[in-house]
Amino acid sequence: MRKLIEFKNIVKDFNGNLVLKGINLTIHENEFVTLLGPSGCGKTTLLRILGGFIPQTSGEVYFENIEISNVPPYKREINTVFQRYALFPHMNVYDNVAFGLRIKKQSENIIKQKVEKMLKLVGLEGFGDRAVTLMSGGQQQRVAIARALVNEPMVLLLDEPLGALDLKLRKEMQHELKKIQKEVGITFIYVTHDQEEALTMSDNIVVMNNGEIQQIGGPTDIYNEPQNRFVADFIGESNIIEGTMLDDFSVSFDGATFECVDNGFTEGEEVDIVVRPEDLDIVPLEMGKMAGVVRSSLFKGVHYEIVVETEFREWIIHTTDNAEVDKRVGLHFFPEDLHIMSKLRTY
Amino acid sequence: MVGVKKNRWFAPLAIGSVLLFFYLPILIMMIFSFNDSRSLTGWSGFSTQWYEALFKDREMMKAVYTTITIALASTLVATFMGTITAIGISKSRKLIKELILTVNNFPILNPEIVTAIGLMLLFSSLSITKGFYTMLIAHIIFSTPYVILSVLPKLRQLDADTAEAALDLGATPWQALFKVIIPQIMPGVVSGALIAFTMSFDDFVISYFVTGNGVKNISILVYTMSKRINPTINALSTILVVIITFALILINVVPNMKKKERISIE
Repeated sequence: MRKLIEFKNIVKDFNGNLVLKGINLTIHENEFVTLLGPSGCGKTTLLRILGGFIPQTSGEVYFENIEISNVPPYKREINTVFQRYALFPHMNVYDNVAFGLRIKKQSENIIKQKVEKMLKLVGLEGFGDRAVTLMSGGQQQRVAIARALVNEPMVLLLDEPLGALDLKLRKEMQHELKKIQKEVGITFIYVTHDQEEALTMSDNIVVMNNGEIQQIGGPTDIYNEPQNRFVADFIGESNIIEGTMLDDFSVSFDGATFECVDNGFTEGEEVDIVVRPEDLDIVPLEMGKMAGVVRSSLFKGVHYEIVVETEFREWIIHTTDNAEVDKRVGLHFFPEDLHIMSKLRTY
Repeated sequence: MVGVKKNRWFAPLAIGSVLLFFYLPILIMMIFSFNDSRSLTGWSGFSTQWYEALFKDREMMKAVYTTITIALASTLVATFMGTITAIGISKSRKLIKELILTVNNFPILNPEIVTAIGLMLLFSSLSITKGFYTMLIAHIIFSTPYVILSVLPKLRQLDADTAEAALDLGATPWQALFKVIIPQIMPGVVSGALIAFTMSFDDFVISYFVTGNGVKNISILVYTMSKRINPTINALSTILVVIITFALILINVVPNMKKKERISIE
């Protein structure tokens, strides 16, 4: 895939508050990239720098290998879907969507065709005459997407676009956005703090924290091979424990030694170990690698969330079989279920 | 409840007397504009002679013309300046915003006579000949702060992202201003313009001090009528009341009609 956007050493300083600490990131054509992180991690700031709404303190932004820091937002081939939609309240749906094309002085005939095609794409056929202020959040969201996409930008920026919608509508829109992205075949850069949203939609996820990139990778990589404690903790639920690497394929924690599939650490290196709750199994006491007592069991719909207390800590386990509270059980896992992360390694 | 009898006549009576108190003077003035005699208090029969006299009175017609030209021109300039300034204020840092707002409120709170004397002294010390243009400048000066004050609340309600959205969609900053921001703050701009127009139309104190060369607006003419007030002024006032009534009806009814249209489409 062709390289489309490149951030080089982007630093953003808001009155002494370092929001971005040297971001290096490359984004390719037709990618669905998600910037994921907790609020205040700098993801929206990075998006606004790309949109041209705020200048970076230092560093360069390349768009098709051309530095664009001094290009004003209205000359960038980028369109944005804003967090609170920012629809024009004094215009109806049609005029909102037609705005960008009218600025470009296209003929009303062509505008009509393009707007109607776009309204169809977002499922708002026949809604052109509606006042945007009288539409539901989900509908306003669709208008905002249509208004941006009708300009045929090379990149669409989406700043937490589903944040204001209820859960069911959000899930629907997730699938629809992914579908739209495949249909129009352009790069989507999506900002969210919702890890599930990121895992569902993205080709690539950029996990950010404190103005730094923590990890870049596909959804499965990020989930299964988190590179540090922050990523493991932020993406999905996990048991994170501290241990010592004894040798290649051998790690020690909680007073015992376990076989694992990781190598390349120095002998005796302190490490963080992630065990996903769904990788742990509750088995009869004598078959387990560890022993503990069931402390609680919560029904979560698809699975039970069970807490088992061992001599050293509490483990969270997700399983479809319930377990009796106060029962002594064994815990079982396979060597590949232990994900070992160096304490030193950040991205 | 015991002992309290609801009097269903009290509310209509109260509002009726208040309205009567407000409008009786205007009504009397309108009636006497059709009086047959010169008397301002004794009715002697119907006639339209004062209207004829009004349109024949060259001095009076000149004053009407001056008043309307100055009101229109000063409203136009004050509305433009006030709107642009308000937009600038809304985008400024807090300190600058408060500073400019304080400076803006000063002429509003200042007694008019102080502004008037100040302007007179300014024009005199710069040896500018007083007349039509000094009056126009003075009217622009005292009505601009009102426009700013009426536009600012609309800007506060404005979704700041819409301006960014316009830029994002390819609009230059000027296009964003005229196509997105101004349409949204239009109600504030219109009410600011109306205030500016009325302020200018009936201003006496400041106009009196900054005019010269025999340029008079209606207020100056009436206040300085050498002979005693004659009923032509009643005729003029009646015409103004009718014009204002029509304007108010227009302003209040037209937007409602548009709204209804929109709802019926949906």
